[in-house]
Amino acid sequence: MFARGKNSIEFNNVFLRSSATISGPRERKGPLGKYFDDSYENSYCGEESWEKAEIRLQKDAILCALKKLGLKIDDMKAIVGGDLNNQIVATNYASRDFNIPYLGVYSACSTCTEALIVGSLLVDGEFGENVLVVSSSHNSTSERQFRYPTEYGGQKPNSMTFTATGAGVAILSSVASPIKIRRATIGRIIDPELSDTQDMGRTMAPAAAMTLKQHLEDFEIDINEYDLILTGDLSKYGSEVFLQIMKEFNYNVTTNHNDAGKMLYDLENQEVFAGGSGSGCISLVSMGYIVDALKKGIYRKVLLIATGALMNPIMIAQGETIPAIAHAISLERSKQ
Amino acid sequence: MIFLYAFLFGGLVCLLAQLCMDIFKLLPAQLVVLFVVLGSVLEAFQLYDKIIAFAGAGALMPIASFGHSLTHAAVEGAMNTDYLGLFTGIFDLTSTGIAAAIFFSFLIALVCKPRG
Amino acid sequence: MEKSIFKKVLDRNTIKRPIFLNSIKAFLVGGTICLFAQGILWFFKDLLNIEKDKAISLMYIVIVGITSLLTGIGIFDKIGQFSGAGTIIPITGFANSMTSSALESKSEGIILGIMSNMFKLAGAVIVAGVLSAFIVGNVIYLFR
Repeated sequence: MFARGKNSIEFNNVFLRSSATISGPRERKGPLGKYFDDSYENSYCGEESWEKAEIRLQKDAILCALKKLGLKIDDMKAIVGGDLNNQIVATNYASRDFNIPYLGVYSACSTCTEALIVGSLLVDGEFGENVLVVSSSHNSTSERQFRYPTEYGGQKPNSMTFTATGAGVAILSSVASPIKIRRATIGRIIDPELSDTQDMGRTMAPAAAMTLKQHLEDFEIDINEYDLILTGDLSKYGSEVFLQIMKEFNYNVTTNHNDAGKMLYDLENQEVFAGGSGSGCISLVSMGYIVDALKKGIYRKVLLIATGALMNPIMIAQGETIPAIAHAISLERSKQ
Repeated sequence: MIFLYAFLFGGLVCLLAQLCMDIFKLLPAQLVVLFVVLGSVLEAFQLYDKIIAFAGAGALMPIASFGHSLTHAAVEGAMNTDYLGLFTGIFDLTSTGIAAAIFFSFLIALVCKPRG
Repeated sequence: MEKSIFKKVLDRNTIKRPIFLNSIKAFLVGGTICLFAQGILWFFKDLLNIEKDKAISLMYIVIVGITSLLTGIGIFDKIGQFSGAGTIIPITGFANSMTSSALESKSEGIILGIMSNMFKLAGAVIVAGVLSAFIVGNVIYLFR
């Protein structure tokens, strides 16, 4: 691997060898439902609690991705992953039985791309041939931890986003495969000094814009290098802020931007307010739909920019603002 | 007539609260604390009993009446016994509501499961 | 330098809440709940001839019971999303906050879950009410 510019990395030999996605019921009913490997009818996923349900989603996705290659967990050199729970327990407990090196990572809803970057570094650094990357979120574990009990009758404003229920897995490898991972940019923490936890999309938009700008500068490419620039959880309102900030930076991102939070759900007919969010959101969209589209040739190069809000309710109650971060990684069809 | 006033007054209090929530971006917890304190303060001017007389449940239902009941009971307790009555009497009128809420919450939590 | 760009764009793109519509919904649902409660009060006081204070207590018990039930079967949060302050302000809000907290923590068991978490959201109301009653009570007591 090479360092590029100020914050970026170019990988030599990292491929996306397999992927899997397992979702909850609402995601199955969304526009991308058919791209997920499996879904549960009920967000308990056959378990006794929400937390156990999220662990189940991760385990299912891990086993599914392995099965597609006919491999076992021992063929993986390491697991890298994270989720939104305190102490990333869903990932800890899902990985508990696997007995291989484990690196838990956290950057809120940007955990998906952060884990992919760390996994790619391990593969390109020749730590091992295969590294498994996982990230997830669950609507109820998230509501319970960051906001209110799920049966609470408080009114959510239209700026809120709906935390997605689902897990996405990627198996990164030095074995040549149809999808290559070439470029990544590690984000810096950007705090636009907002403190409304019910308005995350707009809060994270500056971080996404800064990472994209840095990425384009570091690699000396222009905005049309990618067929699709997919941001994480900006949803309806954050996407608009993102596009306008990029315009202020003299980048005209018009037809090749979309947001995972807008794609995962049908904003008109599903009750999701401004759209989807959570580390599972971009995980489901990228490992489910984007991978499929790349294989079919609908896209040649896609840049994933997952965004995360690095706060917790205690800091907000102490009067702090919300710092955000965005990590970027590219997926492209390999030349073979 | 009291039915009409109950509807109108109760609705009005909720409407004002909703405006506070949307214009000042208050969270539910902050909103409820505000109204409880308001009900308590109104008791100082002995206004709340008059409002209950004409609006009935319209004044009894909003959480402001909780503040009123606590204050009323505390004052009654102090008047009937001595200063300590402020403490001994404070939950006299509201104990039913709190006890019922504890009882039913516990029962429902045992029997039901959250749906997410 | 970028901070000023962020501030400029964010200020230009503030999200407008449907204030008018929300107020109407809060008014209608809040008013209906109070009307319904008045009906229950009338039933106990005028129909069953129960003494006024007892009838009021019974009204509270019935409303709290119905709210807890609706919370348990998963309907109350949908009503709350629609009506906002219309369900938060009446005692339904208090009952729902207790039941939903208790219900959510069920997975941690009876003592560490249900019992320990029941007052998580409702605690603020009770503390504020008692403090305020004490302060105002002192003022009233001194003046009489």
